[in-house]
Amino acid sequence: MPDLSANLAGIKSPNPFWLASAPPTNSGYQVMKAFDAGWGGAVWKTLGVPVVNVSSRYGSINYKGNRMIGLNNIELITDRPLADNLREIEEVKKYFPDHAVIASLMVNTREEWHQIVKDVQNAGADGIELNFGCPHGMCERGMGSAVGQNPVALQTITSWVMEVATIPVIVKLTPNITDITEPARAAVAGGADAISLINTIQSIVGIDLDTLSPYPIVDGQSTNGGYCGPAVKPIALNMLKNCSLDPGVTVPISGIGGIETWQDAVEHILLGANNVQVCTAAMHYGFGIVREMKSGLENFMREKGFEKLDDFVGKSVEKVKTWENLNLKYKVVASIDEKKCIGCQLCYTACEDGAHQAIGLSGTDDNRVPHIIEENCVGCNLCSLVCPVEECITMVRKDDATEHKTWKERLAEGSAPTSFNDQRGGGVGHYIPEPIEALKKRK
Amino acid sequence: MAEYNKPSTIQEVDENFGQIKPNMTATMAYNESSRCLFCFDAPCVKACPTSIDIPLFIRQIYTGNITGSAKTIYDSNYFGNICGKVCPTEVLCEGSCVYTNQNEPPIEIGRLQSFSTREAIQENKQLYTTAPANGKKVAIIGAGPAGIACACELRLLGYEVHIWEAKAHASGLTIYGVAPYKITNQEALDEVEYLQKQFGFQVFYNKKAETEAHFNTLKKDYDAVFLGIGLGRTRSLGLDGENLENCVGATEFIEKFKLNPLGTFIGSRVVVIGGGNTAMDAASETARMGAEQVYLAYRRSKDSMGAYEFEYDLAKGVGVQGIFSASPVAILGKEQVEGLRFIRTEVKNGKLVNIEGSEFDIACDMVVKATGQEKQAIFVKNFGAIDTDAKGRIIVNDQFQTTDPRVFAAGDAVNGGAEVVNAAGEAKKAAKGIHKWLSNL
Repeated sequence: MPDLSANLAGIKSPNPFWLASAPPTNSGYQVMKAFDAGWGGAVWKTLGVPVVNVSSRYGSINYKGNRMIGLNNIELITDRPLADNLREIEEVKKYFPDHAVIASLMVNTREEWHQIVKDVQNAGADGIELNFGCPHGMCERGMGSAVGQNPVALQTITSWVMEVATIPVIVKLTPNITDITEPARAAVAGGADAISLINTIQSIVGIDLDTLSPYPIVDGQSTNGGYCGPAVKPIALNMLKNCSLDPGVTVPISGIGGIETWQDAVEHILLGANNVQVCTAAMHYGFGIVREMKSGLENFMREKGFEKLDDFVGKSVEKVKTWENLNLKYKVVASIDEKKCIGCQLCYTACEDGAHQAIGLSGTDDNRVPHIIEENCVGCNLCSLVCPVEECITMVRKDDATEHKTWKERLAEGSAPTSFNDQRGGGVGHYIPEPIEALKKRK
Repeated sequence: MAEYNKPSTIQEVDENFGQIKPNMTATMAYNESSRCLFCFDAPCVKACPTSIDIPLFIRQIYTGNITGSAKTIYDSNYFGNICGKVCPTEVLCEGSCVYTNQNEPPIEIGRLQSFSTREAIQENKQLYTTAPANGKKVAIIGAGPAGIACACELRLLGYEVHIWEAKAHASGLTIYGVAPYKITNQEALDEVEYLQKQFGFQVFYNKKAETEAHFNTLKKDYDAVFLGIGLGRTRSLGLDGENLENCVGATEFIEKFKLNPLGTFIGSRVVVIGGGNTAMDAASETARMGAEQVYLAYRRSKDSMGAYEFEYDLAKGVGVQGIFSASPVAILGKEQVEGLRFIRTEVKNGKLVNIEGSEFDIACDMVVKATGQEKQAIFVKNFGAIDTDAKGRIIVNDQFQTTDPRVFAAGDAVNGGAEVVNAAGEAKKAAKGIHKWLSNL
């Protein structure tokens, strides 16, 4: 049986699934309930000087009958007194000594940082996460993402914390920045033991078209919130990849952003995360969702022959290249399985209007199965993506795998197009050369 | 024991006739609409006799544009809610949904269609503005689906429209013939009222227009006449005992039953003769009204029945028992029906023949003849120069113009008996035909 246990910069947990610092970790009651349900760790709802919150607080994006594929929130850090939180952290550690309890912190001055770090250490926390990510409300007060967007401030505050920290310190980064590796390097320079990313993305999630007020509505008005949920995963994965590839980011990474299934978690791990943090999925489905995540991860590891997480942490990083290093000789074309096709013709219209006019129709009502016009197919995948039937449209390799030529190599050998009308570009042949004729349009 | 108890109150009747396509909630409609693939050149549109842009109206539901959705539907078919409920969607739009090609349930197009149009009806959404009066008048005979659809289209074009209806209500067979588990009378009337308010055609109820004199007056007073007269009475079988009490025609029985369910005689042992959709309806209705035993007797094999398979399934589902390859010979009884004599049949050299000496009797106290309706032959004859074909159907050209150029016709009287959707579709085209003809005079 694969070993699911995780170790992030010395913080150990029975599995890599932590609850991210958010409403699900607001209290000892919730954290203990989560541990009972199977979560490996929990990052406590950010502690600091208690805030006053608004009502309402969330807005969401729904898609095709699925609710909350993206969630936006304007809730701030904890509104509970520090003493209550500390007492509960202590209690949780008493009952769950093997689970990871991480205290997320956000304060202003060096003195405050020193004091609160000592407090949570005394309460028995296994680690500290510095909240430099919150992109709403707190950033207006010079905290949260205001720090994460300023590498100098980030490094300074991290070093304040390191002056008194006796347990591992994680710096949580904001994605609301051009180059995520800059704050990541600053965290390393400030002495952090690990980084976690991404925090939420600044967003306006939508507008009530009756009242014209953006969501979430607070007495007819709104403010930008932080966006999370399944919709943000691709952004998180890319920033994670950037940190993993950066030689200056030498500390372990906790992956956050859009993790709802075991597959999402595995993807984060494959791009370099040592563990993962989850919030929206728990807010949507409750703590029980972790059972599927653990079971799926375990099955994946068994099938792939991975005995422990380290066997595949970062394993996909080496497969990410810059564009100029991709093989231009690789050639796939679409293939339609006539037996599986149900005749919706979405591939046809997608290719016709949105790609390269490489799919044709039979022209008769009794045969709705489209066919690929191979000479026009550039192998873009679009048809296979819109096809509603699993495995009906597949991409078949056509080159013989003997040639390898990249853009970089073509530049070096002087075979890359250089002038506006250079015929060495790829776009010759797979377009309709006589549009007026093809559309049967005549003046 | 019968499947259904005999109802003694209207509430109990309603319970026995629960809607087979119940109204969707907004959540149901949203979820169902989200399943639609938005097919290119969608097969459902091709399968619809009125070519409603189904993927578009479903997407409009998905995006919360319910008014736009209703408009998309009404643009093609004025009987949006009615057709959503009474159309044989299983063999039309839903039957052609590409999902069925991978054994997935098709999109519930009929119920979605009713969802949008019901909302428009309930909120009395004004979707159309009629053109300014063009000074021309059209008389319509029959306020059924054909007559009403023709009226709406003509009003849109600026014609003054007067409808003569022999009965007390509009919408024809939707009220007087469609099985009550498909649509309630109230919903059918609501849709016609909604159309009436929007298009402003005038209906004269309880006004038969079948004498030659009246017809000639109409032709004189109006620029054109449209016949949406449907079919006539149930055809006689020419059997002994056909005049016995409780031997009834299906059309007449259903009409009476729909207007007064508790005041209509229902036997305890019922034989329905016929293999079409009306036979299925009559059998289901008597069973749901508490008949202990309902037989459906058809002279040919089960597979040769004209009824849709799902209609037979509905009847079977309420306990109706089929008797196949048996032809009625005589209706037995002194004053009232006491039984029915059959003879077994077989197909020999492609012909249906009786098997000599194979007669058998079935005891029953009610016989419902669902063996087809007569054409409105006498009625049509009064209209002068209107030709009919060998089967009594009114002959029209591609503009739905009869052999009398001032007279147009569509619906059952032309197609010989089809669905509401066919009548609605044809009559819309007929209205365009009238407009074209009058514009070119």
